[in-house]
Amino acid sequence: MSATIVSLPDQSTARIPKMNYLTKENGLLSWLLTGDHKRIAMLYLISLSFFFFIGGALAGLIRLELLTPQADLMATDTYNKVFTMHGVIMIFFFLVPSVPATLGNFLIPMMIGAKDLALPKINLLSWYLYVAGGILAIYTMAAGGVDTGWTFTTPLSTHYVNTNVLTTGLAAFIAGFSSIFTGLNFIVTIHKMRCPGMTWFRLPLFVWAHYAASILMVLATPVVAIAIVLIALERTIGIGVFDPTKGGDPLLFQHLFWFYSHPAVYIMILPGMGVISETISTFSRKRVFGYTAVAFSSVAIAVFGFFVWAHHMFIMGISNYAVLVFSLLTMLVAVPSAIKIFNWTFTLYKGSITFETPMLYTFGFMGLFTIGGLTGVFLGTSGTDIHLTETYFIVAHFHFVMVGGMLMAFLAGIHFWWPKITGRMYPEKISQLAAVVTFIGFNFTFFPQFILGTLGMPRRYASYPPEFQVLNVFSTAGATILGVGYLLPVLYLTWSLKYGEIAGNNPWQATGLEWQTQSPPLTENFTVTPIMDHEAYDYEWLEKQKEKEVTHAG
Amino acid sequence: MSEETKHGEHAHHIVSPKIYVVILISLLVGTALTVWASFIDLGFWNPIIALAIATTKATLVVLFFMHVKYSTKLTMLTVGAAIFMFLTLISMTLADYISRAWGNW
Amino acid sequence: MPDSHTIIHGASEAAHDAHAEHPAYLRHHFENTAQQADATNFAMWLFLVTEVMFFGGMFTAYLIYRNWYYPAFVAASHQLDVRWGTLNTLVLIISSFTMAMGVWCAETRRKSGLVLCLVLTMILGVGFLGIKTIEYSEKIEKHHVPGFHYSLQSFTDPQSDPAVYAEYHDKALPLDMARHTEVYFSLYFALTGMHALHMIIGIAILVFMIFRAQAGAYTSGHVTFVENFGLYWHFVDIIWIYLFALLYLISRHQ
Repeated sequence: MSATIVSLPDQSTARIPKMNYLTKENGLLSWLLTGDHKRIAMLYLISLSFFFFIGGALAGLIRLELLTPQADLMATDTYNKVFTMHGVIMIFFFLVPSVPATLGNFLIPMMIGAKDLALPKINLLSWYLYVAGGILAIYTMAAGGVDTGWTFTTPLSTHYVNTNVLTTGLAAFIAGFSSIFTGLNFIVTIHKMRCPGMTWFRLPLFVWAHYAASILMVLATPVVAIAIVLIALERTIGIGVFDPTKGGDPLLFQHLFWFYSHPAVYIMILPGMGVISETISTFSRKRVFGYTAVAFSSVAIAVFGFFVWAHHMFIMGISNYAVLVFSLLTMLVAVPSAIKIFNWTFTLYKGSITFETPMLYTFGFMGLFTIGGLTGVFLGTSGTDIHLTETYFIVAHFHFVMVGGMLMAFLAGIHFWWPKITGRMYPEKISQLAAVVTFIGFNFTFFPQFILGTLGMPRRYASYPPEFQVLNVFSTAGATILGVGYLLPVLYLTWSLKYGEIAGNNPWQATGLEWQTQSPPLTENFTVTPIMDHEAYDYEWLEKQKEKEVTHAG
Repeated sequence: MSEETKHGEHAHHIVSPKIYVVILISLLVGTALTVWASFIDLGFWNPIIALAIATTKATLVVLFFMHVKYSTKLTMLTVGAAIFMFLTLISMTLADYISRAWGNW
Repeated sequence: MPDSHTIIHGASEAAHDAHAEHPAYLRHHFENTAQQADATNFAMWLFLVTEVMFFGGMFTAYLIYRNWYYPAFVAASHQLDVRWGTLNTLVLIISSFTMAMGVWCAETRRKSGLVLCLVLTMILGVGFLGIKTIEYSEKIEKHHVPGFHYSLQSFTDPQSDPAVYAEYHDKALPLDMARHTEVYFSLYFALTGMHALHMIIGIAILVFMIFRAQAGAYTSGHVTFVENFGLYWHFVDIIWIYLFALLYLISRHQ
């Protein structure tokens, strides 16, 4: 088998440290009323996983329906509800909070040498808001669902449907505030609580990525909140702000909606990119190539991401001039993402690469995100977009970046920091298998959808012309494999909690302040405030440290 | 205690009540001015003047009542970011509306 | 022994300093009160940034429709009493002044001054809401609330509304333009309603603060709560400054 950088303590004598954030206090209330960012991260991880599998089950239903050209598994109205809830749950209740609320919450204070986030109570409030929104979303499903698509396009959502638009909107509104408070917390923490010596350019790129995503959360989310409020007023009182018969403009809703929802995709991907920076460095044993470029490209993605939203509206009735402007700007926003991919690739060059599970997911990310991102350029070009929009090409595009990209990055991060979070290693062989199964399943599921889209199969349709069936069957078969790939980690990660090997402080020999503490960490992270005296990804410094390591307290 | 409050806390410059009174009077004058201006027909200048006066009043509140004039660069950057983002929302949405049926404007 | 640049840094002297400057209100994840005050202040500013974007969406809607339906907006704005609006603006500006004075009292440890300023701010805030209630009830009487038997009569037949007609001598609007006055009022109620909601929350917090101030909580060196609330209150004032200019003062000349 190939080389591995994993370095575990002697398993016959190693023990999980008795004092850590998990053992500090006991009882349900100590968890439900905690201020500890690490416990809140765990609360999020459990609830996120729950919503992910609900969203996944809905995806399974979609793919089952699409096995046959007719709408024979469920009524078309029901199908509309299924894909709507799949979108709402996956976007608002999984992707947006995924890395920030779990890994970001857990790691950012540790990475900057702080004891907690700036506002622990607000952090807990974020989780409660998330759960409240989620419960409301589940209630909506039980109460008959909503069928407008997650985009709530007007005037369909305001004037033509009788389904639960209001409760779903409220669920998204509440989840939005959860996101805003998380972002706000991160920005304050990163600005104000870095330990001595931790200058901006010594921060791990994971922190830079979350900083950029947090700016987006804070600036963009309120706009979709007000869009939802206006929809609610339109539906209840009929104020006329989106109603053409009263002089309103349905496109105004879409402008306000996409003003958030485009930056939202960067909110979703940037934290994943932060994970990739960490894993690619660790598993090539090399500092990230072009640290400054990667750091600034995170901020550039955030800034440029604000100027391109109407590329979701090319066919909706905006003016040709607006199409031109937004199409040109969309070309610009692809550049910083490409810069990152180049820099990560150059990090690999002449590195000592090993293929542990996080690295497998990382490679998956690099390939799949690149394809997804490039197809985004096809879509940003208004000439091609007119033909490809509202087809399966779009569906494939965003699943490549979000599932092939973001979800893989999330899994990379979970595996990478699992030893730090739990003190135990997951079983390597089965996890590598799961990563490969996921990659294969993903490609089978979503690559045919690019072809379907270019052939003209529309999205959000329960039935389709029979000539598209073969590709759809491929896609559904792939989805089954993908499902297995996602189920496996739940099983073996749970198993590892009791039976996994003891990890020790730094099983990956990684740089970063979080790896200088015990696994699992103490509640206060550090017994004394660290002083940062070396650059990020400084492997020489790490070599010197190994000689002086103190393993854990208690 | 007082040394440490002077130390960190955005320079912790205590703004004197005299300044507050001056600002209060300016705001009251500004209000009178803007109401008066709205009763005069100045054509397309009316909304511009109204917004200019409102912006001046808002600026005074931000700088003095909200202490931004005595705050860190970070605070000023934050205020600037909010204004910039708001202007982006309006101007780029308008880019669509203005250029639709060119005649509607 | 770990030589460690990163771990131990004179642990004993750090512990001693910690006890010396560790007041009860210092949260344990902060190094000192200055960092805590700085961080919470920045957090409040970021929250206000989100509020700017929140109201910003409605301002965008207003801007577009005002330019599309200018005559309707002018006629509809005449239905708002500029005297009440001006009075409300003055009330809020003075309340911002009293709030700023309250912060000064907290900073200079004048407990009774602080309580007085907070009480005045609250009274002015309630006064604002009282005037708004009067205005809203006028609108309800005249059937100018969208969605609730909205009436176009004042606009298609201005002389049926003698009080307003005497001041502005508006011309009758054609029916389709008259219908667009409903959009004006939708935005009027959405904007001022959202603003009023923020006022109500502010007043509730003021009541809480008055009790705490009376107990001396803000005049012993820990002014951040008052300061940060002040930022919120001034922000609500700024929103009103713009609402007044945009909703009431579109065009008051004949």
